[in-house]
Amino acid sequence: MTETVAFERTPSVADVATHYCPGCQHGVAHRLVAEYLDSKGLAENTLMVTSIGCSVMLYNYLLFDAVEAPHGRAPATATGLKRVRPDKVVFTYQGDGDLASIGMAEIMHAANRGERVTIIFVNNTVYGMTGGQMAPTTLVGQKTTTCPSGRCASSEGQPFRMAEIMAGLGGVAYSARVALNSVKHIAQAKKAVRHAFEAQLEDRGMGFVELLATCPTNWKMTPVAANERIENELIPCFPLGVFKDLKTSGAC
Amino acid sequence: MSRIVIDVERCKGCLLCTTVCPENIIRQSRAMNSQGYKIVECDPGLASACTGCTACAQMCPDLAIVVWRTPKGKKEAA
Amino acid sequence: MEGSRIFVKGSEAVAMGALDAGLKGYFGYPITPQNEIPEFMSKHLPEAGGAFVQAESECAAINMVLGAAAAGKRAMTSSSGPGISLMQECISNMAGGEVPCVIVNMMRGGPGVGDINTAQGDYFQSTRGGGHGDYRTPCLAPATCQEAYDMTREAFDLAFAYRTPVLLVGDAILAQMKEPLTRRAPRLDDPSEGSAWRLGETSGPGRRILRSLHLAEGKLAEVNQRLQDKYRDLKQQTRAEQFMTEDAELVVVAFGSTGRIVKSAIRKLRAKGLKVGLFRPITLYPFPEQSLRDLAYSGKRFLTIEHNMGQMVEDVRLAVRGLSDSGFFGALPGYLPSPDEFQAAIERASTGASL
Repeated sequence: MTETVAFERTPSVADVATHYCPGCQHGVAHRLVAEYLDSKGLAENTLMVTSIGCSVMLYNYLLFDAVEAPHGRAPATATGLKRVRPDKVVFTYQGDGDLASIGMAEIMHAANRGERVTIIFVNNTVYGMTGGQMAPTTLVGQKTTTCPSGRCASSEGQPFRMAEIMAGLGGVAYSARVALNSVKHIAQAKKAVRHAFEAQLEDRGMGFVELLATCPTNWKMTPVAANERIENELIPCFPLGVFKDLKTSGAC
Repeated sequence: MSRIVIDVERCKGCLLCTTVCPENIIRQSRAMNSQGYKIVECDPGLASACTGCTACAQMCPDLAIVVWRTPKGKKEAA
Repeated sequence: MEGSRIFVKGSEAVAMGALDAGLKGYFGYPITPQNEIPEFMSKHLPEAGGAFVQAESECAAINMVLGAAAAGKRAMTSSSGPGISLMQECISNMAGGEVPCVIVNMMRGGPGVGDINTAQGDYFQSTRGGGHGDYRTPCLAPATCQEAYDMTREAFDLAFAYRTPVLLVGDAILAQMKEPLTRRAPRLDDPSEGSAWRLGETSGPGRRILRSLHLAEGKLAEVNQRLQDKYRDLKQQTRAEQFMTEDAELVVVAFGSTGRIVKSAIRKLRAKGLKVGLFRPITLYPFPEQSLRDLAYSGKRFLTIEHNMGQMVEDVRLAVRGLSDSGFFGALPGYLPSPDEFQAAIERASTGASL
């Protein structure tokens, strides 16, 4: 036989079924993280800070040592962890409620301090785990269970564009937004994850990746339709791209 | 020829893979797995067109697809 | 530094105690009356090879402690009542996840923003868990600068021996008053401390997860049972100072700085012939109930004096239930009580008059 494996599960992803809904792209996002760390032989040196949201079970799926942080606090916990173990690779994995709502102070300050950690931010414009409430990244006009008539800019504000905000902070070395709705975008996402880890490994500052992903259940769409919504509605509001890529770090 | 192997119990029937196969060989099957998901399958008539591009596997959120690639020009008998 | 006497504030003594205990991470936020602690740490901890971060809030600070402690390192934060309130969710998390650390509370007047003067109104918060769920944190209450130094060192040992957050509770008097202190030799680092559970040793299927979320049926119950077993074991760690209680007819129960002031009052009243004594709990949790109960068995009466509206008195009454009761004299948070007030209250209680 001359056939070879062209694609299979990377070792740091557990061989278990996930609890995620059909078509939820958390499975793609966490796979990309594991693929990078495995490709560099970093699994044994990696420490993960999990957060609260649908991804709270992440420690069942990624086979790294993990500490579970309270809702929103992962960047602070990652700060404490990295400061006492600078030899380890530390990353957080957070959703839009965790990072941009309750955790907004923690991500802003960890980013501003330039903590040498990597932030994997999965943005699906809704609170998934708790049943579809409005998130800081919910689009204007998008209906959720706590804005049933659609998000109204004058009373609920506009959605936060976190990748751009991160790029504006001095301690961030890399900030990018990618999407998971096509093979081409997934390839770009894989690259962005790599760059976000390299910012840490090369001691340049925080690495931040925002990944636009589906939530078919709470968007009340089929997985295929939800995937199309990323292209048709999310990307126009949250443009893809690299917003910061600093090749050097600041000195004291 | 290249081929994919679909893990019947991991597939959640989301159909994202069917949207990216350049040869359109993946389709929703009539079969349900033990979770109650209507899983996907390769259309047997088209399966030989698989190029091993891995688009389906990359799109799959559940790591339900393993891709085996046979280099072009070396075709094994089925 | 070892052996020589220095003249420092209680806050500085706490900071020195932590440093000498092998502290590796301090994460805190400024709040009166304990700012000497982060200020000391910002200078001396990095010099000693540890990490110092002034966090963006007390909430962030305690969550940074969680991260450092998850790596098995000796980590701490310090604050006053309002900041400790902000930390409760994470303290509950760490109790549930069995992550050790030290949290220092230099109490001030409450409720709310209160004032910046001394008070003891955080007793309930310190001894009843403080946050949500069935957990407790060992709680030490120093009354002198030397105790503040010594007990900070002990707090870390306790935290790691029992895998729990430990509270060190002082007040503005202790924090700001200068007294002599004798430091001891710094603790030698033990690289194996925490190696049975800390992160950074493994990966793969044998990886370690420090968590407090347990959704599977029965799992959280196991955790709760384990915690209850731990708190039962902790009862061996109770401590209290007893001063002239052997032949006392009335025992005054007071903790922290109030305990010191009461001690002076006891001396004065003994000189007047009154048979009074002081029982000063040092571990507020686990509360030294058996020692109090032993005093109750011999027929003594009790008066609890606190700088709050009646918190520790409940534990005293529980401890002596069925045998005796406790009177109560509370000084209102928001003014500084004078020793004469305490003395008068003890005198009244001693003669059996109502308060």
